Amino acid sequence: MKRTPMYERHAAAGGRMVDFGGWELPVQYDATGIKTEHLTVRSKAGLFDVSHMGEITVEGPGAEKWLSRLITNDIFVMKDFQVQYNIMCTEAGGVVDDLLVYRYGPEKFLLVVNAANVDKDWDWLRKHLPGDGVILENISMKTAEAALQGPAAEAILARVAGFDPSTLRFFTFTDGVSVGGIPAIVSRTGYTGEDGFEIYVPWEKGAELWDLLLDAGKDSGLIPIGLGARDSLRFEAGLPLCGHEYTDTLGPLEAGFGFFVKVDKPGGFIGQPVLKRQKEEGLRRKIVGLRLEDKGVPRAGMDVADPSGKIVGTVTSGGYCPSLDANMALCCVETPAPAEGESLSVVIRDRPKQGVVVKRPFYDRKYKK
Amino acid sequence: MAKIPQDLRYTKDHEWIRMEGAMGVMGITDYAQHAMGDIVYVELPDTGREVRAGEDFIVVESVKGANDVFSPVSGTVAGVNGDLDGAPELLNEDPYANWLVRLEVSDPGELDSLLDAGAYAKLVEELEAESD
Repeated sequence: MKRTPMYERHAAAGGRMVDFGGWELPVQYDATGIKTEHLTVRSKAGLFDVSHMGEITVEGPGAEKWLSRLITNDIFVMKDFQVQYNIMCTEAGGVVDDLLVYRYGPEKFLLVVNAANVDKDWDWLRKHLPGDGVILENISMKTAEAALQGPAAEAILARVAGFDPSTLRFFTFTDGVSVGGIPAIVSRTGYTGEDGFEIYVPWEKGAELWDLLLDAGKDSGLIPIGLGARDSLRFEAGLPLCGHEYTDTLGPLEAGFGFFVKVDKPGGFIGQPVLKRQKEEGLRRKIVGLRLEDKGVPRAGMDVADPSGKIVGTVTSGGYCPSLDANMALCCVETPAPAEGESLSVVIRDRPKQGVVVKRPFYDRKYKK
Repeated sequence: MAKIPQDLRYTKDHEWIRMEGAMGVMGITDYAQHAMGDIVYVELPDTGREVRAGEDFIVVESVKGANDVFSPVSGTVAGVNGDLDGAPELLNEDPYANWLVRLEVSDPGELDSLLDAGAYAKLVEELEAESD
């Protein structure tokens, strides 16, 4: 299994290590646990080792036009040093991966992709590469990444950054700045629904970055956060997880992320004809949020039934939400989907457990825009 | 180090049982609650249900996932701990005071095949050494 540069730190801090897509990473830390870690990110701040994420650079005179064809959002309207959320689709309108696009200019972009999909994404990009004009580099194993998230994140980063983090706006980034003397890329982005930053440094500087951020945050209540809380935070904040809300067959419109799909953008993109047709003809299924009223914990893959007992869909993500103290599910159901306030049930070990459809996201995100 | 009371019998799957006359009182061990993490719901069986030794009949849901709990011996469910309904976190706080199920034990001889505290402590020690 692969290890990040912060591995020794996790082991020393009582991290309970699991295999996550071939990476040995902590699911939680013994002293805290998922619930405490989750609530600390919401109330103070948390530090995540996300060095397993993939980073790919796209450069060359043809970069902008070529990249645009592979992703759903409109990168032509981006300003330099903006970050944009994107989905990379198959011809059939399913999802290869979702990613962040960092724009340096029309001839240089940085893509940040899911760890489990780095190889698949790399092959997909390479397969679509033109003869010349675009150069790809997979810098995943050269790049360590930490996410500093929570209401205290800005104050903590300000103590060690060689720039004023309050000037960095939501979904923008800066490159070549110092974080505690380490050259870094810093973006105001994250996967928790809180304000926060994602910090990219050279691989061999990962542990040093980890130590100096934890030290800078010790008076602000900063603690390390494992993968368990990373998932519960993103789920509660309505952020999709590839493989759950997106699959080969479940596309971005059905998942409820049509805002990031520009079906009429210049030049089109892979999957566009299918998605455009879906949009025009109406969706055959869609994802709705559900709060379970009966006792029980919905989990991904469980059946979803309407009040008559007919199976109408599947849970894509489910679980306990610590900030809401409720058991919630995202359910992909046939259309017409029930409206907010209507009933659906999740079949948990052969028993239907009743719930009520609620708005997404479950948690009101606290971004600083 | 996980707590392991001397006066209980244990399974390899981290359940404990204590006899009160013909009635068995069972729950999960300290090692089990720690491994599961924050417990958010306990699905208890119906009273009157008959179970065989080793049969899964309880589900303990933690933030991480669902965990099956197995019956240490064969018998009939005579009662469940209703306190856990509104406060499943009690299992994290004290998994020995907070039992799960009372069982009318059908074959007390099965108790002999369970681990005593010393044997269970050895098993836990091995598991903890592995994870270090």
